[in-house]
Amino acid sequence: MSEVSVSGKNFRRVVNTLMTSLTAACAFFVVATLVIILGYIAIRGVTSISWQFLIDTPKPVGEGGGIGNAIVGSFIMMLLSSVVGLPLGIAVGVYLAEFGDGWMGNIVRFVTDTLTGVPSIIVGIFIYTLIVLPMGRASALAGGIALALIMIPIVARTTEEMIRLVPTSLREGALALGAPQWRVTLGVVLPAASSGIATGAMLAIARISGETAPLLFTALGSRFYNYYLDKPMSSLTVQIYNYAIGPYDVEHKMAWAATLVLMALILAINIAVRFFTRQKV
Amino acid sequence: MSTTTPASVPKPRVGDARAGEHQSENVKQPAASEVQAKISVRNLDFFYGRAQALYNLSLDIPERVVMAFIGPSGCGKSTFLRTLNRMNDTIPGTRAVGQVEIDGRDIYAPGTDVVELRRKVGMVFQKSNPFPKSIFDNVAYGLRINRMTTSKGELQEKVEQALTDAALWPEVKDRLKTSALGLSGGQQQRLCIARALAVQPEVVLMDEPASALDPMATQKIEELIVELKQQYTIVIVTHNMQQAARVSDQTAFFWLGKLIEINSTEKVFTNPDEKLTEDYITGRFG
Repeated sequence: MSEVSVSGKNFRRVVNTLMTSLTAACAFFVVATLVIILGYIAIRGVTSISWQFLIDTPKPVGEGGGIGNAIVGSFIMMLLSSVVGLPLGIAVGVYLAEFGDGWMGNIVRFVTDTLTGVPSIIVGIFIYTLIVLPMGRASALAGGIALALIMIPIVARTTEEMIRLVPTSLREGALALGAPQWRVTLGVVLPAASSGIATGAMLAIARISGETAPLLFTALGSRFYNYYLDKPMSSLTVQIYNYAIGPYDVEHKMAWAATLVLMALILAINIAVRFFTRQKV
Repeated sequence: MSTTTPASVPKPRVGDARAGEHQSENVKQPAASEVQAKISVRNLDFFYGRAQALYNLSLDIPERVVMAFIGPSGCGKSTFLRTLNRMNDTIPGTRAVGQVEIDGRDIYAPGTDVVELRRKVGMVFQKSNPFPKSIFDNVAYGLRINRMTTSKGELQEKVEQALTDAALWPEVKDRLKTSALGLSGGQQQRLCIARALAVQPEVVLMDEPASALDPMATQKIEELIVELKQQYTIVIVTHNMQQAARVSDQTAFFWLGKLIEINSTEKVFTNPDEKLTEDYITGRFG
Protein backbone atom coordinates (compact mmCIF):
# COMPACT_ATOMS: atom_id res chain seq x y z
CA MET A 1 0.00 0.00 0.00
CA SER A 2 1.43 3.41 -0.94
CA GLU A 3 1.95 6.45 1.29
CA VAL A 4 -0.75 8.43 -0.49
CA SER A 5 -3.50 5.91 0.02
CA VAL A 6 -2.62 5.46 3.70
CA SER A 7 -2.73 9.19 4.37
CA GLY A 8 -5.91 9.43 2.28
CA LYS A 9 -7.46 6.74 4.40
CA ASN A 10 -6.43 8.53 7.59
CA PHE A 11 -7.86 11.80 6.35
CA ARG A 12 -11.14 10.07 5.55
CA ARG A 13 -11.23 8.55 9.02
CA VAL A 14 -10.54 11.90 10.67
CA VAL A 15 -13.31 13.59 8.68
CA ASN A 16 -15.67 10.76 9.48
CA THR A 17 -14.96 10.97 13.20
CA LEU A 18 -15.26 14.75 13.11
CA MET A 19 -18.65 14.69 11.38
CA THR A 20 -20.00 11.95 13.64
CA SER A 21 -18.92 13.96 16.70
CA LEU A 22 -20.49 17.09 15.25
CA THR A 23 -23.91 15.47 14.76
CA ALA A 24 -23.64 13.84 18.18
CA ALA A 25 -22.85 17.23 19.70
CA CYS A 26 -25.90 18.79 18.01
CA ALA A 27 -28.12 15.98 19.29
CA PHE A 28 -26.65 16.38 22.75
CA PHE A 29 -27.27 20.15 22.65
CA VAL A 30 -30.97 19.67 21.80
CA VAL A 31 -31.52 17.00 24.44
CA ALA A 32 -29.55 19.01 27.02
CA THR A 33 -31.72 22.09 26.39
CA LEU A 34 -34.86 20.07 27.05
CA VAL A 35 -33.39 18.42 30.14
CA ILE A 36 -32.24 21.78 31.54
CA ILE A 37 -35.65 23.38 31.02
CA LEU A 38 -37.47 20.40 32.52
CA GLY A 39 -34.98 20.14 35.39
CA TYR A 40 -35.15 23.83 36.21
CA ILE A 41 -38.96 23.79 36.23
CA ALA A 42 -38.96 20.66 38.37
CA ILE A 43 -36.52 22.14 40.90
CA ARG A 44 -38.35 25.46 41.14
CA GLY A 45 -41.80 23.93 41.09
CA VAL A 46 -41.62 20.77 43.16
CA THR A 47 -41.28 22.56 46.54
CA SER A 48 -44.68 24.24 46.22
CA ILE A 49 -46.59 21.18 45.09
CA SER A 50 -48.88 19.60 47.63
CA TRP A 51 -52.23 17.84 47.50
CA GLN A 52 -53.84 21.01 48.74
CA PHE A 53 -52.24 22.99 45.92
CA LEU A 54 -53.60 20.55 43.32
CA ILE A 55 -57.23 20.77 44.50
CA ASP A 56 -57.51 24.31 45.88
CA THR A 57 -58.79 27.38 44.07
CA PRO A 58 -56.77 30.62 43.95
CA LYS A 59 -56.97 32.59 47.21
CA PRO A 60 -55.75 35.99 48.39
CA VAL A 61 -52.02 36.05 49.07
CA GLY A 62 -51.15 34.54 52.43
CA GLU A 63 -54.10 32.14 52.53
CA GLY A 64 -52.52 29.45 50.35
CA GLY A 65 -54.49 28.70 47.23
CA GLY A 66 -53.97 26.34 44.33
CA ILE A 67 -54.75 25.38 40.79
CA GLY A 68 -57.51 22.77 41.14
CA ASN A 69 -60.03 24.74 39.12
CA ALA A 70 -57.40 25.55 36.52
CA ILE A 71 -56.58 21.86 35.98
CA VAL A 72 -60.26 21.02 35.61
CA GLY A 73 -60.80 24.01 33.31
CA SER A 74 -57.86 23.08 31.09
CA PHE A 75 -59.20 19.54 30.76
CA ILE A 76 -62.71 20.68 29.93
CA MET A 77 -61.52 23.09 27.26
CA MET A 78 -59.05 20.59 25.81
CA LEU A 79 -61.85 18.05 25.61
CA LEU A 80 -64.19 20.57 24.02
CA SER A 81 -61.65 21.64 21.43
CA SER A 82 -60.78 18.01 20.68
CA VAL A 83 -64.44 17.12 20.20
CA VAL A 84 -64.83 20.02 17.77
CA GLY A 85 -61.39 20.14 16.22
CA LEU A 86 -60.29 16.52 15.76
CA PRO A 87 -63.24 15.27 13.66
CA LEU A 88 -63.20 18.43 11.55
CA GLY A 89 -59.45 18.35 11.10
CA ILE A 90 -59.37 14.65 10.25
CA ALA A 91 -62.26 15.09 7.82
CA VAL A 92 -60.45 17.94 6.06
CA GLY A 93 -57.30 15.81 5.91
CA VAL A 94 -59.23 12.90 4.38
CA TYR A 95 -60.75 15.25 1.83
CA LEU A 96 -57.36 16.69 0.91
CA ALA A 97 -55.71 13.30 0.59
CA GLU A 98 -58.46 11.38 -1.19
CA PHE A 99 -60.26 13.99 -3.25
CA GLY A 100 -58.08 17.08 -3.02
CA ASP A 101 -56.23 16.92 -6.33
CA GLY A 102 -58.30 19.56 -8.11
CA TRP A 103 -58.35 23.33 -7.78
CA MET A 104 -60.70 23.12 -4.80
CA GLY A 105 -58.22 20.93 -2.93
CA ASN A 106 -55.42 23.37 -3.68
CA ILE A 107 -57.44 26.26 -2.27
CA VAL A 108 -58.30 24.29 0.88
CA ARG A 109 -54.65 23.28 1.27
CA PHE A 110 -53.45 26.86 0.89
CA VAL A 111 -56.01 28.17 3.37
CA THR A 112 -55.09 25.44 5.86
CA ASP A 113 -51.40 26.31 5.60
CA THR A 114 -52.17 29.99 6.08
CA LEU A 115 -54.35 29.19 9.09
CA THR A 116 -51.45 27.28 10.67
CA GLY A 117 -49.40 30.43 10.51
CA VAL A 118 -51.99 32.77 12.03
CA PRO A 119 -50.74 33.97 15.44
CA SER A 120 -52.88 32.46 18.17
CA ILE A 121 -53.74 35.84 19.70
CA ILE A 122 -55.48 36.75 16.44
CA VAL A 123 -57.57 33.60 16.73
CA GLY A 124 -58.43 34.79 20.25
CA ILE A 125 -59.53 38.22 19.05
CA PHE A 126 -61.52 36.64 16.22
CA ILE A 127 -63.46 34.41 18.62
CA TYR A 128 -63.81 37.35 21.00
CA THR A 129 -65.62 39.28 18.27
CA LEU A 130 -67.55 36.29 17.02
CA ILE A 131 -68.71 34.69 20.28
CA VAL A 132 -67.71 36.65 23.40
CA LEU A 133 -69.17 40.01 22.32
CA PRO A 134 -72.56 38.64 21.18
CA MET A 135 -72.82 36.46 24.32
CA GLY A 136 -71.90 39.39 26.50
CA ARG A 137 -69.34 37.45 28.54
CA ALA A 138 -66.27 35.27 28.32
CA SER A 139 -66.98 31.55 28.32
CA ALA A 140 -65.38 28.10 28.23
CA LEU A 141 -67.22 27.54 24.96
CA ALA A 142 -65.43 30.47 23.33
CA GLY A 143 -62.11 29.23 24.71
CA GLY A 144 -62.66 25.69 23.45
CA ILE A 145 -63.62 26.89 19.99
CA ALA A 146 -60.61 29.19 19.79
CA LEU A 147 -58.38 26.24 20.66
CA ALA A 148 -60.21 24.05 18.13
CA LEU A 149 -59.49 26.63 15.40
CA ILE A 150 -55.80 26.31 16.20
CA MET A 151 -56.02 22.51 16.11
CA ILE A 152 -57.89 22.04 12.84
CA PRO A 153 -55.15 23.03 10.36
CA ILE A 154 -52.48 21.06 12.23
CA VAL A 155 -54.61 17.94 12.37
CA ALA A 156 -55.74 18.37 8.76
CA ARG A 157 -52.26 18.54 7.30
CA THR A 158 -50.79 15.70 9.37
CA THR A 159 -53.84 13.56 8.54
CA GLU A 160 -53.42 14.31 4.85
CA GLU A 161 -49.76 13.38 4.92
CA MET A 162 -50.36 10.18 6.87
CA ILE A 163 -53.13 9.09 4.49
CA ARG A 164 -50.91 9.79 1.49
CA LEU A 165 -48.36 7.42 2.99
CA VAL A 166 -50.83 4.52 2.80
CA PRO A 167 -49.71 2.52 -0.23
CA THR A 168 -51.89 2.61 -3.35
CA SER A 169 -51.78 -1.18 -3.41
CA LEU A 170 -53.93 -1.30 -0.25
CA ARG A 171 -56.60 0.90 -1.83
CA GLU A 172 -56.52 -1.12 -5.04
CA GLY A 173 -56.75 -4.34 -3.06
CA ALA A 174 -59.92 -3.15 -1.40
CA LEU A 175 -61.39 -1.67 -4.59
CA ALA A 176 -60.71 -4.95 -6.40
CA LEU A 177 -62.91 -6.73 -3.86
CA GLY A 178 -65.83 -4.55 -4.82
CA ALA A 179 -65.55 -1.99 -2.02
CA PRO A 180 -67.01 1.44 -2.78
CA GLN A 181 -64.66 4.40 -2.35
CA TRP A 182 -66.06 5.52 1.00
CA ARG A 183 -65.65 2.06 2.50
CA VAL A 184 -62.08 1.87 1.26
CA THR A 185 -61.33 5.18 2.96
CA LEU A 186 -63.12 4.35 6.20
CA GLY A 187 -62.32 0.67 6.53
CA VAL A 188 -58.83 0.33 5.09
CA VAL A 189 -57.07 3.64 4.56
CA LEU A 190 -57.98 5.36 7.83
CA PRO A 191 -57.10 2.36 10.04
CA ALA A 192 -53.81 1.94 8.18
CA ALA A 193 -53.00 5.60 8.85
CA SER A 194 -54.45 5.65 12.36
CA SER A 195 -51.24 5.67 14.36
CA GLY A 196 -49.89 8.56 12.29
CA ILE A 197 -53.15 10.46 12.62
CA ALA A 198 -53.12 9.86 16.38
CA THR A 199 -49.62 11.27 16.56
CA GLY A 200 -50.81 14.35 14.70
CA ALA A 201 -53.76 14.70 17.06
CA MET A 202 -51.46 14.30 20.04
CA LEU A 203 -49.16 17.03 18.76
CA ALA A 204 -52.12 19.31 18.22
CA ILE A 205 -53.43 18.67 21.76
CA ALA A 206 -49.97 19.27 23.21
CA ARG A 207 -49.79 22.50 21.21
CA ILE A 208 -53.12 23.87 22.41
CA SER A 209 -52.57 22.85 26.00
CA GLY A 210 -49.75 25.39 26.04
CA GLU A 211 -51.78 28.21 24.47
CA THR A 212 -52.40 31.27 26.62
CA ALA A 213 -53.11 34.17 24.31
CA PRO A 214 -56.37 32.97 22.76
CA LEU A 215 -57.75 32.05 26.19
CA LEU A 216 -57.10 35.51 27.65
CA PHE A 217 -59.71 36.92 25.28
CA THR A 218 -62.17 34.06 25.37
CA ALA A 219 -62.29 31.93 28.53
CA LEU A 220 -60.71 34.73 30.56
CA GLY A 221 -60.12 32.75 33.73
CA SER A 222 -61.99 32.28 36.97
CA ARG A 223 -61.23 32.01 40.64
CA PHE A 224 -63.77 29.24 41.17
CA TYR A 225 -64.55 25.72 40.08
CA ASN A 226 -66.80 26.08 37.04
CA TYR A 227 -68.40 23.27 35.05
CA TYR A 228 -70.64 25.41 32.85
CA LEU A 229 -69.55 25.97 29.30
CA ASP A 230 -71.24 29.35 29.04
CA LYS A 231 -69.29 30.85 31.94
CA PRO A 232 -65.68 32.04 32.21
CA MET A 233 -63.33 29.18 32.99
CA SER A 234 -59.88 28.97 34.47
CA SER A 235 -57.04 27.24 32.66
CA LEU A 236 -53.52 26.26 33.67
CA THR A 237 -51.81 28.58 31.23
CA VAL A 238 -53.84 31.65 32.16
CA GLN A 239 -53.43 30.80 35.84
CA ILE A 240 -49.66 30.53 35.36
CA TYR A 241 -49.74 33.92 33.67
CA ASN A 242 -51.74 35.45 36.50
CA TYR A 243 -49.47 34.01 39.19
CA ALA A 244 -46.33 34.96 37.27
CA ILE A 245 -47.26 38.64 36.92
CA GLY A 246 -48.24 38.86 40.59
CA PRO A 247 -46.02 40.96 42.88
CA TYR A 248 -45.43 38.34 45.60
CA ASP A 249 -42.81 35.61 45.71
CA VAL A 250 -45.35 33.06 46.92
CA GLU A 251 -47.32 33.62 43.71
CA HIS A 252 -44.19 33.14 41.61
CA LYS A 253 -43.58 29.85 43.39
CA MET A 254 -47.11 28.74 42.57
CA ALA A 255 -46.54 29.72 38.93
CA TRP A 256 -43.51 27.41 38.84
CA ALA A 257 -45.48 24.61 40.42
CA ALA A 258 -48.37 25.08 37.98
CA THR A 259 -45.87 25.00 35.10
CA LEU A 260 -44.55 21.68 36.38
CA VAL A 261 -48.08 20.30 36.53
CA LEU A 262 -48.76 21.46 32.96
CA MET A 263 -45.58 19.82 31.66
CA ALA A 264 -46.45 16.61 33.49
CA LEU A 265 -49.94 16.62 31.96
CA ILE A 266 -48.59 17.08 28.43
CA LEU A 267 -46.10 14.28 29.03
CA ALA A 268 -48.89 12.06 30.33
CA ILE A 269 -51.02 12.77 27.25
CA ASN A 270 -48.07 11.93 25.01
CA ILE A 271 -47.39 8.64 26.74
CA ALA A 272 -51.06 7.69 26.87
CA VAL A 273 -51.63 8.30 23.16
CA ARG A 274 -48.47 6.41 22.25
CA PHE A 275 -49.61 3.53 24.41
CA PHE A 276 -53.08 3.33 22.89
CA THR A 277 -52.01 3.76 19.28
CA ARG A 278 -49.26 1.17 19.23
CA GLN A 279 -49.53 -0.93 16.09
CA LYS A 280 -51.86 -3.51 17.48
CA VAL A 281 -52.44 -5.80 14.52
CA MET B 1 -47.20 -30.20 -13.89
CA SER B 2 -48.35 -32.38 -11.07
CA THR B 3 -50.70 -31.06 -8.46
CA THR B 4 -50.70 -31.89 -4.79
CA THR B 5 -53.90 -33.89 -5.09
CA PRO B 6 -53.83 -37.22 -6.92
CA ALA B 7 -56.21 -37.14 -9.85
CA SER B 8 -58.21 -40.07 -8.55
CA VAL B 9 -59.19 -38.30 -5.35
CA PRO B 10 -61.45 -35.38 -6.22
CA LYS B 11 -60.47 -32.35 -4.24
CA PRO B 12 -63.40 -31.14 -2.13
CA ARG B 13 -65.31 -28.08 -3.32
CA VAL B 14 -63.03 -27.09 -6.16
CA GLY B 15 -63.42 -30.54 -7.67
CA ASP B 16 -67.15 -30.66 -7.03
CA ALA B 17 -67.80 -27.49 -8.95
CA ARG B 18 -66.16 -28.94 -12.03
CA ALA B 19 -68.91 -31.57 -12.13
CA GLY B 20 -67.09 -33.90 -14.46
CA GLU B 21 -66.34 -31.54 -17.28
CA HIS B 22 -62.73 -31.54 -18.33
CA GLN B 23 -63.01 -29.12 -21.18
CA SER B 24 -60.25 -26.93 -19.89
CA GLU B 25 -57.70 -29.73 -19.93
CA ASN B 26 -57.13 -29.93 -23.65
CA VAL B 27 -58.37 -26.71 -25.18
CA LYS B 28 -57.11 -26.20 -28.69
CA GLN B 29 -57.57 -22.50 -29.23
CA PRO B 30 -58.67 -20.58 -31.24
CA ALA B 31 -61.61 -22.80 -32.09
CA ALA B 32 -63.34 -21.34 -29.06
CA SER B 33 -65.72 -19.29 -31.16
CA GLU B 34 -68.39 -22.00 -30.93
CA VAL B 35 -68.46 -21.55 -27.17
CA GLN B 36 -69.61 -18.21 -25.78
CA ALA B 37 -66.44 -16.50 -24.56
CA LYS B 38 -66.37 -15.44 -20.91
CA ILE B 39 -64.51 -12.27 -21.80
CA SER B 40 -64.70 -10.79 -25.24
CA VAL B 41 -62.64 -7.74 -26.21
CA ARG B 42 -63.17 -5.87 -29.44
CA ASN B 43 -61.09 -3.02 -30.86
CA LEU B 44 -59.88 -1.77 -27.52
CA ASP B 45 -57.67 1.32 -27.41
CA PHE B 46 -56.38 2.64 -24.15
CA PHE B 47 -54.83 6.00 -23.31
CA TYR B 48 -52.87 7.44 -20.40
CA GLY B 49 -53.63 11.08 -21.03
CA ARG B 50 -52.54 11.55 -24.65
CA ALA B 51 -50.18 8.57 -24.71
CA GLN B 52 -51.74 5.51 -26.26
CA ALA B 53 -50.91 2.31 -24.39
CA LEU B 54 -53.07 -0.26 -26.18
CA TYR B 55 -53.84 -0.44 -29.88
CA ASN B 56 -56.95 -2.06 -31.28
CA LEU B 57 -56.95 -5.19 -29.16
CA SER B 58 -59.42 -7.95 -29.89
CA LEU B 59 -59.42 -11.31 -28.19
CA ASP B 60 -61.66 -13.88 -26.55
CA ILE B 61 -61.07 -15.61 -23.25
CA PRO B 62 -63.16 -18.79 -22.85
CA GLU B 63 -64.56 -19.86 -19.53
CA ARG B 64 -62.44 -21.92 -17.13
CA VAL B 65 -59.13 -21.67 -18.86
CA VAL B 66 -55.91 -20.08 -17.75
CA MET B 67 -54.94 -17.35 -20.16
CA ALA B 68 -51.36 -16.06 -19.88
CA PHE B 69 -50.26 -12.63 -21.10
CA ILE B 70 -46.58 -12.43 -21.95
CA GLY B 71 -44.41 -9.72 -23.45
CA PRO B 72 -41.60 -7.34 -22.57
CA SER B 73 -41.98 -4.71 -19.85
CA GLY B 74 -44.14 -1.80 -20.88
CA CYS B 75 -45.91 -3.72 -23.61
CA GLY B 76 -49.29 -3.05 -22.05
CA LYS B 77 -50.16 -6.44 -20.62
CA SER B 78 -50.75 -5.14 -17.08
CA THR B 79 -52.67 -2.16 -18.46
CA PHE B 80 -54.84 -4.54 -20.44
CA LEU B 81 -55.39 -6.77 -17.43
CA ARG B 82 -56.51 -3.76 -15.43
CA THR B 83 -59.05 -2.74 -18.08
CA LEU B 84 -60.85 -6.04 -17.44
CA ASN B 85 -62.07 -4.93 -14.00
CA ARG B 86 -61.82 -1.19 -14.71
CA MET B 87 -59.06 -0.83 -12.16
CA ASN B 88 -57.53 1.83 -14.43
CA ASP B 89 -60.48 4.06 -13.54
CA THR B 90 -58.59 4.94 -10.37
CA ILE B 91 -55.79 6.55 -12.40
CA PRO B 92 -56.77 10.10 -13.42
CA GLY B 93 -56.67 10.92 -17.11
CA THR B 94 -57.01 7.39 -18.45
CA ARG B 95 -59.47 6.49 -21.18
CA ALA B 96 -60.61 3.25 -22.76
CA VAL B 97 -62.21 3.15 -26.20
CA GLY B 98 -63.74 -0.02 -27.56
CA GLN B 99 -65.67 -2.94 -26.17
CA VAL B 100 -64.92 -5.23 -23.27
CA GLU B 101 -67.73 -7.71 -22.77
CA ILE B 102 -67.98 -10.07 -19.86
CA ASP B 103 -70.79 -12.61 -20.23
CA GLY B 104 -72.00 -10.56 -23.17
CA ARG B 105 -72.29 -7.28 -21.26
CA ASP B 106 -70.13 -4.31 -22.11
CA ILE B 107 -68.42 -3.28 -18.88
CA TYR B 108 -67.60 0.18 -20.24
CA ALA B 109 -71.23 0.89 -21.09
CA PRO B 110 -72.66 3.85 -19.16
CA GLY B 111 -74.44 2.81 -16.00
CA THR B 112 -72.21 -0.19 -15.34
CA ASP B 113 -71.92 -0.91 -11.64
CA VAL B 114 -68.15 -0.93 -11.20
CA VAL B 115 -68.43 -2.20 -7.64
CA GLU B 116 -70.47 -5.21 -8.80
CA LEU B 117 -68.05 -5.76 -11.71
CA ARG B 118 -65.06 -5.89 -9.39
CA ARG B 119 -66.78 -8.37 -7.14
CA LYS B 120 -67.28 -10.60 -10.14
CA VAL B 121 -63.78 -10.04 -11.52
CA GLY B 122 -61.32 -10.51 -8.68
CA MET B 123 -57.73 -9.41 -8.79
CA VAL B 124 -54.42 -10.51 -7.29
CA PHE B 125 -51.61 -7.99 -7.45
CA GLN B 126 -47.92 -8.27 -8.14
CA LYS B 127 -46.96 -7.21 -4.67
CA SER B 128 -49.00 -8.91 -1.99
CA ASN B 129 -51.13 -6.29 -0.29
CA PRO B 130 -52.76 -7.71 2.82
CA PHE B 131 -54.65 -5.14 4.89
CA PRO B 132 -53.10 -4.34 8.26
CA LYS B 133 -55.73 -6.51 9.92
CA SER B 134 -55.86 -10.07 11.19
CA ILE B 135 -55.71 -13.00 8.78
CA PHE B 136 -59.39 -13.70 9.37
CA ASP B 137 -60.45 -10.09 8.84
CA ASN B 138 -58.49 -9.92 5.59
CA VAL B 139 -60.44 -12.79 4.08
CA ALA B 140 -63.69 -11.64 5.67
CA TYR B 141 -63.32 -8.08 4.33
CA GLY B 142 -64.88 -8.71 0.93
CA LEU B 143 -67.63 -10.86 2.44
CA ARG B 144 -68.50 -8.17 4.94
CA ILE B 145 -68.55 -5.20 2.56
CA ASN B 146 -70.65 -7.13 0.06
CA ARG B 147 -72.94 -8.46 2.82
CA MET B 148 -72.49 -11.97 1.51
CA THR B 149 -73.10 -13.74 4.81
CA THR B 150 -76.03 -13.66 7.18
CA SER B 151 -74.50 -15.20 10.29
CA LYS B 152 -71.21 -15.39 12.08
CA GLY B 153 -71.03 -19.13 11.50
CA GLU B 154 -71.53 -18.69 7.77
CA LEU B 155 -68.81 -16.05 7.69
CA GLN B 156 -66.38 -18.37 9.44
CA GLU B 157 -67.30 -21.17 7.08
CA LYS B 158 -66.68 -19.07 3.99
CA VAL B 159 -63.39 -17.74 5.32
CA GLU B 160 -62.24 -21.29 5.99
CA GLN B 161 -63.33 -22.37 2.53
CA ALA B 162 -61.48 -19.51 0.84
CA LEU B 163 -58.33 -20.22 2.83
CA THR B 164 -58.63 -23.91 1.98
CA ASP B 165 -59.06 -23.15 -1.72
CA ALA B 166 -55.97 -20.96 -1.56
CA ALA B 167 -54.04 -23.85 0.06
CA LEU B 168 -53.31 -21.75 3.12
CA TRP B 169 -55.72 -23.13 5.72
CA PRO B 170 -53.40 -25.73 7.34
CA GLU B 171 -50.71 -23.10 7.87
CA VAL B 172 -52.91 -20.42 9.43
CA LYS B 173 -55.83 -22.21 11.06
CA ASP B 174 -54.34 -21.77 14.54
CA ARG B 175 -53.44 -18.11 14.11
CA LEU B 176 -56.43 -16.57 12.36
CA LYS B 177 -56.57 -13.69 14.82
CA THR B 178 -52.93 -12.70 14.37
CA SER B 179 -51.76 -10.00 12.00
CA ALA B 180 -51.61 -10.84 8.32
CA LEU B 181 -48.40 -8.84 8.15
CA GLY B 182 -46.65 -11.55 10.19
CA LEU B 183 -47.00 -14.09 7.38
CA SER B 184 -44.17 -14.87 4.96
CA GLY B 185 -44.20 -13.35 1.47
CA GLY B 186 -45.59 -16.48 -0.16
CA GLN B 187 -48.23 -16.89 2.53
CA GLN B 188 -49.25 -13.25 2.17
CA GLN B 189 -49.74 -13.74 -1.55
CA ARG B 190 -51.86 -16.84 -0.98
CA LEU B 191 -53.82 -14.85 1.61
CA CYS B 192 -54.51 -12.23 -1.06
CA ILE B 193 -55.67 -15.01 -3.37
CA ALA B 194 -57.93 -16.34 -0.59
CA ARG B 195 -59.28 -12.82 -0.09
CA ALA B 196 -60.07 -12.57 -3.79
CA LEU B 197 -61.68 -16.04 -3.86
CA ALA B 198 -63.81 -15.40 -0.78
CA VAL B 199 -66.26 -13.16 -2.66
CA GLN B 200 -66.77 -15.96 -5.20
CA PRO B 201 -65.66 -14.17 -8.34
CA GLU B 202 -66.07 -15.70 -11.77
CA VAL B 203 -62.84 -14.36 -13.18
CA VAL B 204 -59.54 -13.96 -11.33
CA LEU B 205 -56.98 -11.53 -12.74
CA MET B 206 -53.41 -12.11 -11.58
CA ASP B 207 -50.77 -9.48 -12.21
CA GLU B 208 -47.43 -11.28 -11.92
CA PRO B 209 -48.59 -13.02 -8.75
CA ALA B 210 -45.32 -14.87 -8.16
CA SER B 211 -42.73 -12.38 -9.33
CA ALA B 212 -41.66 -11.44 -5.81
CA LEU B 213 -41.61 -14.98 -4.45
CA ASP B 214 -38.96 -17.65 -4.08
CA PRO B 215 -39.15 -20.87 -6.19
CA MET B 216 -40.94 -22.89 -3.50
CA ALA B 217 -43.65 -20.29 -2.96
CA THR B 218 -43.92 -19.83 -6.72
CA GLN B 219 -44.49 -23.54 -7.17
CA LYS B 220 -47.29 -23.45 -4.61
CA ILE B 221 -48.99 -20.55 -6.38
CA GLU B 222 -48.66 -22.30 -9.74
CA GLU B 223 -50.16 -25.53 -8.39
CA LEU B 224 -52.93 -23.43 -6.98
CA ILE B 225 -53.63 -21.77 -10.34
CA VAL B 226 -53.94 -25.17 -12.01
CA GLU B 227 -56.41 -26.20 -9.28
CA LEU B 228 -58.39 -22.99 -9.50
CA LYS B 229 -59.06 -23.17 -13.22
CA GLN B 230 -61.53 -25.98 -12.55
CA GLN B 231 -63.79 -23.33 -11.14
CA TYR B 232 -62.59 -19.93 -12.31
CA THR B 233 -61.50 -18.18 -15.46
CA ILE B 234 -57.97 -17.02 -14.79
CA VAL B 235 -55.98 -14.37 -16.60
CA ILE B 236 -52.37 -14.18 -15.54
CA VAL B 237 -49.69 -11.68 -16.51
CA THR B 238 -46.21 -13.10 -16.21
CA HIS B 239 -42.64 -12.28 -17.11
CA ASN B 240 -41.66 -15.86 -16.52
CA MET B 241 -41.99 -17.79 -19.78
CA GLN B 242 -41.63 -21.16 -18.07
CA GLN B 243 -44.45 -20.16 -15.76
CA ALA B 244 -46.71 -19.31 -18.67
CA ALA B 245 -45.85 -22.64 -20.26
CA ARG B 246 -46.52 -24.54 -17.04
CA VAL B 247 -49.83 -23.08 -15.95
CA SER B 248 -51.68 -21.68 -18.94
CA ASP B 249 -53.91 -23.20 -21.59
CA GLN B 250 -53.65 -20.23 -23.91
CA THR B 251 -51.03 -17.57 -24.29
CA ALA B 252 -51.27 -14.07 -25.71
CA PHE B 253 -48.11 -12.25 -26.71
CA PHE B 254 -48.11 -8.45 -26.50
CA TRP B 255 -45.59 -6.08 -28.00
CA LEU B 256 -45.65 -2.28 -27.83
CA GLY B 257 -49.31 -2.18 -26.91
CA LYS B 258 -50.39 -4.52 -29.68
CA LEU B 259 -51.58 -8.10 -29.50
CA ILE B 260 -49.15 -9.97 -31.73
CA GLU B 261 -50.34 -13.51 -31.31
CA ILE B 262 -52.85 -15.54 -29.35
CA ASN B 263 -52.83 -19.29 -29.51
CA SER B 264 -52.80 -22.40 -27.39
CA THR B 265 -49.83 -22.27 -25.06
CA GLU B 266 -48.36 -25.35 -26.65
CA LYS B 267 -48.43 -23.78 -30.09
CA VAL B 268 -47.05 -20.44 -28.92
CA PHE B 269 -44.10 -22.10 -27.26
CA THR B 270 -43.33 -24.74 -29.89
CA ASN B 271 -44.43 -23.36 -33.22
CA PRO B 272 -45.58 -19.74 -33.03
CA ASP B 273 -47.18 -18.15 -36.08
CA GLU B 274 -45.31 -14.88 -35.76
CA LYS B 275 -41.59 -14.30 -36.09
CA LEU B 276 -41.75 -11.67 -33.31
CA THR B 277 -43.23 -14.19 -30.88
CA GLU B 278 -40.53 -16.68 -31.68
CA ASP B 279 -37.80 -14.08 -31.22
CA TYR B 280 -39.18 -13.09 -27.84
CA ILE B 281 -39.67 -16.62 -26.59
CA THR B 282 -36.23 -17.73 -27.68
CA GLY B 283 -34.74 -14.74 -25.88
CA ARG B 284 -33.56 -12.80 -28.92
CA PHE B 285 -34.95 -9.61 -27.37
CA GLY B 286 -36.89 -8.51 -24.28
